[in-house]
Amino acid sequence: MSDIRAEIIPQTQPGEAGFGDYVRLLKPRVMSLVVFTALVGLLVAPSSLHPIEAFAAIVFIALGGGAAGALNMWWDADIDRQMRRTARRPVPAGTVAPGEALGLGMGLSLISVVMLGLAANWLAAALLAFTIFFYAVVYTIWLKRATPQNIVIGGAAGAFPPMIGWVVATGHIGIEAVLMFALIFMWTPPHFWALALFMNDDYTRAKVPMLTVTHGRRATRAHVWVYTLALVPVALGAGLTSIGGAIYLAVALALNAVFVLGALRIWRRDEAAAEADKYRVEKQFFTFSLFYLFGHFAAFLLEATPWAAAFREQFTFWGI
Amino acid sequence: MGGGFPGTVHILGDLMALARDHELHRRRLGRNMGVGLVLAAFIALVFGLTIAKISGGGTIQAFDHSYRPALDPGVNPEIRRGE
Repeated sequence: MSDIRAEIIPQTQPGEAGFGDYVRLLKPRVMSLVVFTALVGLLVAPSSLHPIEAFAAIVFIALGGGAAGALNMWWDADIDRQMRRTARRPVPAGTVAPGEALGLGMGLSLISVVMLGLAANWLAAALLAFTIFFYAVVYTIWLKRATPQNIVIGGAAGAFPPMIGWVVATGHIGIEAVLMFALIFMWTPPHFWALALFMNDDYTRAKVPMLTVTHGRRATRAHVWVYTLALVPVALGAGLTSIGGAIYLAVALALNAVFVLGALRIWRRDEAAAEADKYRVEKQFFTFSLFYLFGHFAAFLLEATPWAAAFREQFTFWGI
Repeated sequence: MGGGFPGTVHILGDLMALARDHELHRRRLGRNMGVGLVLAAFIALVFGLTIAKISGGGTIQAFDHSYRPALDPGVNPEIRRGE
């Protein structure tokens, strides 16, 4: 009996991962943003796709995004362990072994890219492969610990999904896909710098060279302001292409006005005021930034519906 | 009580301990069920994708070992055009 016990006990460690731990390894919240933006990219494209092909393409894009997340958690386990925001992730928490995260990430990368190539086309698959490479290698392994420009350049990884969605439907990269990419690319720095302003202690402890750590909060506030201003023409410019229209422009104008005002408030605040209200303005700006991006892509989607076409016809009828 | 073999109670106790549902067993069951469902969903997706690809929006007709004019490109121009 003692032999049996000896074999059982080591295998029955309480730290063994459950299914949910593997799901958390794929960063489901990031995946939801990937799914939404890729779906919009696919639906606004001027081509139709069989619903099952479209569904499969979105599943495999999401899976590719999840694979990149697992690879990120594998490499970043040491710094994730030191940050409050990430300490409970499966690898730093000890529920999933680093090797398992690496294996899952590599396996899902391969499956997602090959399956997207078979389900849609090989240009879309190549873009997905590049996205995974960019996020896991260029951003996570190289830029994140090397330069305060990490999230500026690394933001490209999060910007690819709508472009991949567009390529799945059309087979080529159009100006609309580039502008959807640019919208997320330009949105990423103010979004993450707002987070860094009120989570600076985490990044300092983990020695991640975020702008707040290397150049201080004052410089970061100025960067948030400048990058937000640079984002506005990109957001409005997308409205002048085939995926935009009056509805999109109205939504974009409102969202950008609020976003610019928020960035202005961040820029004009000093640290004493921010400390006094526990970074309320920065936290509001960060939360609104999520709504900002969702609002733009929801407006793209709205423009692609028959109701928007009927709305446009009304303007044509009245000669506007 | 005293009629049993020495150690019987101990062995039964160990067997019961093995049969008892530990939290770990539930976690493993959940993991296995999860993996099973993911694999089943993947198979269903690949099957659906295969049907969608080969049908191309039309109906699928299989070769059934007898001459069918509807499938003859010489008879049915739709087949020749690949529609």
